[in-house]
Amino acid sequence: MTGGLLRLLTRRRGGRGWHWTDVASYAYLALGVLLMFGPVLWLVLSSFKTPSALLEFPPSLLPMAQAEVRVEGYPQPLPLFTVTMEDGSVRELAQVRRIGIAAQMVDPKEPAKTIRVPVDRRTPVRHLAFAVGNYTDPLTQFDFLRYLRNSLVVTVVATLITLLINSMAAYALSVYEFRGKSLAMLGVIGTLMIPITIILAPVYLVVTKLGFVDSLWAVILPGAATPTGVFLLRQYMLTIPRDLIEAARMDKASEWRIYARIVMPLSLPALAVLAIFSVMWRWNEFLWPLAVLTKTEVHTLPIALNAFQGELQTQWHYLLAMTVVTLLPVALVFAFLQRFITSGIANTGMK
Amino acid sequence: MAGLELRGVRKDFGSVAVLKGIDLSIRDGEFVVFVGPSGCGKSTLLRVIAGLEAATAGNIHIDGAEVTRTAASDRGLAMVFQSYALYPHMSVHQNMSFALENMGVPKAEIARRVDRAARMLRLTDYLHRKPGALSGGQRQRVAIGRAIVRDPKIFLFDEPLSNLDAELRVATRKELAALHAEIGGTMIYVTHDQVEAMTLADRIVVLNGGRIEQTGTPLDLYNRPANLFVAGFIGSPRMNLLPADAVRLSLGEATTVGIRPEHVQPCGEADADLTVQVDLVEQLGGETFLYTTGPNDLKVTIRIDGQSALGRGDRLPVRLRREHLHFFDAAGLACRPDTIPARSHA
Repeated sequence: MTGGLLRLLTRRRGGRGWHWTDVASYAYLALGVLLMFGPVLWLVLSSFKTPSALLEFPPSLLPMAQAEVRVEGYPQPLPLFTVTMEDGSVRELAQVRRIGIAAQMVDPKEPAKTIRVPVDRRTPVRHLAFAVGNYTDPLTQFDFLRYLRNSLVVTVVATLITLLINSMAAYALSVYEFRGKSLAMLGVIGTLMIPITIILAPVYLVVTKLGFVDSLWAVILPGAATPTGVFLLRQYMLTIPRDLIEAARMDKASEWRIYARIVMPLSLPALAVLAIFSVMWRWNEFLWPLAVLTKTEVHTLPIALNAFQGELQTQWHYLLAMTVVTLLPVALVFAFLQRFITSGIANTGMK
Repeated sequence: MAGLELRGVRKDFGSVAVLKGIDLSIRDGEFVVFVGPSGCGKSTLLRVIAGLEAATAGNIHIDGAEVTRTAASDRGLAMVFQSYALYPHMSVHQNMSFALENMGVPKAEIARRVDRAARMLRLTDYLHRKPGALSGGQRQRVAIGRAIVRDPKIFLFDEPLSNLDAELRVATRKELAALHAEIGGTMIYVTHDQVEAMTLADRIVVLNGGRIEQTGTPLDLYNRPANLFVAGFIGSPRMNLLPADAVRLSLGEATTVGIRPEHVQPCGEADADLTVQVDLVEQLGGETFLYTTGPNDLKVTIRIDGQSALGRGDRLPVRLRREHLHFFDAAGLACRPDTIPARSHA
């Protein structure tokens, strides 16, 4: 496994020596990896930093924290410093307090004796420390699980509804011949050109009239029929041989059965693509839920995360940690469904 | 199993008339082959019978019951498609049992029928494979098996052998004939291959330009073609069609004389109707075809049993066997000696 990976990572053109194109390719790929994963890595590492570490300058990549020791006679743990003494020796001392440019310090081994040290002679002792509290605090103080549940309900239910009704529309638009079919298709494609911000107000009015405000249905239903989905599925279903549908008709299958047993299984790659899109849209959706969900109990994660971002102060440490948590489900969905996108397309079983 | 009756069936696609009035009745248990050149409407006729296309006019009766407006799924017919149209995501077993499930047949009965069909078609070892993992011939048999398990009123075949290689086609043709003998269902078979038509059919329906040219047993069509089209279409190589004046033979108002290649016989100069010059020799071992040119640039094909020593450029006196002549009038319809007394210029 490791050997194979190493071979893969050092693969060269022609197998021997380093041609300049090998170097260029690796440099280009490394840049790509840095551009794509750099921000994500920084986000994940920063999500483990304490608020003060987040604000320090110059910033550090790894989450570092100053070491602290408990010293006898002092109720609070004291920060630890490396101090260069006047005689040139180097000692580790804990700081009791700082007064102007001098610090009153104590050796943890001799708690009774305090030493005065100029502040520019000491450097903090730092070590790698993960502020796990960024993750655990929101679970207790901030009702993270409720927002996670809301987001999950919205994403799962909306994706299922989207797949169901979009595939039904696509089936009709690809399999049946009827008057006005092209017009219907044009209408579907036409709505692709209208951005959500334009229809925000009218849709809000409709949702209000239906009494959906402050329920998750207000988020789930309006976006369930997406023109993108109908178009994507219809184009895919057009590639399913008509013979198969006619064979099913000869096999006494009802139209519902043809849809469910023949067309849906064969459209799996397209359905997987739409499922990924739908999950991403719904999971990250911000503007529309912000408009229709006013009560905290029904907030979805992106809206809830917005609460960390106040007018005067932003709780970056919580915001970053919860952002990481929010990223995980989409990444997982993508990892599991992506194989469907490529598989099965060539597998039509004809001739 | 059932009979089929078509009355005045027409089919238009927009302004294009594809079927121009088809009248045909097919008896229970008969194997009927629709044959004709590309675009003659034979596949469309099959699809109209199947119910996949609605007839523009006319009536279709199956077993005496009118089905013209009945949906394909309710006509009780089974169809084998040219592309086989196997469901790629289902195993062979599921492909064959799909129709039975739709019909609500009990599970045990489904298993029994699928097993029987699989045994008949030597598919038992492949029941759990997907169509993608089968060879062309096996897919073909699955497609036929899917039709057999249904026990349909009529089997419809749309050029089912055209995607197989030559050897497999001959083998499958024999299997189909054996299958018909075994299950004895009414079968309608569309092909453009006249060998398939001649070998499989109880009765051949020759279609051309959306009309039936002639209906009859294979030998009927071969021996007594009703018109020039059938005469030229059935038989390989084609029948020689010569102007009556050029060969000084005629019958009634006949303007064209037809004679099959095997009925043109090399003979002595004295008995010869024509002397032809050989252009091309095709030696098949058991038989030989001579492609020749006669006087006035007449093209004559001759079939000789066994092998021939003749070569390009050789001159050959030939006689047209009188009892095998076919006569056609100016409209292309056959004139029969039993209806018109013979008249010879010779």
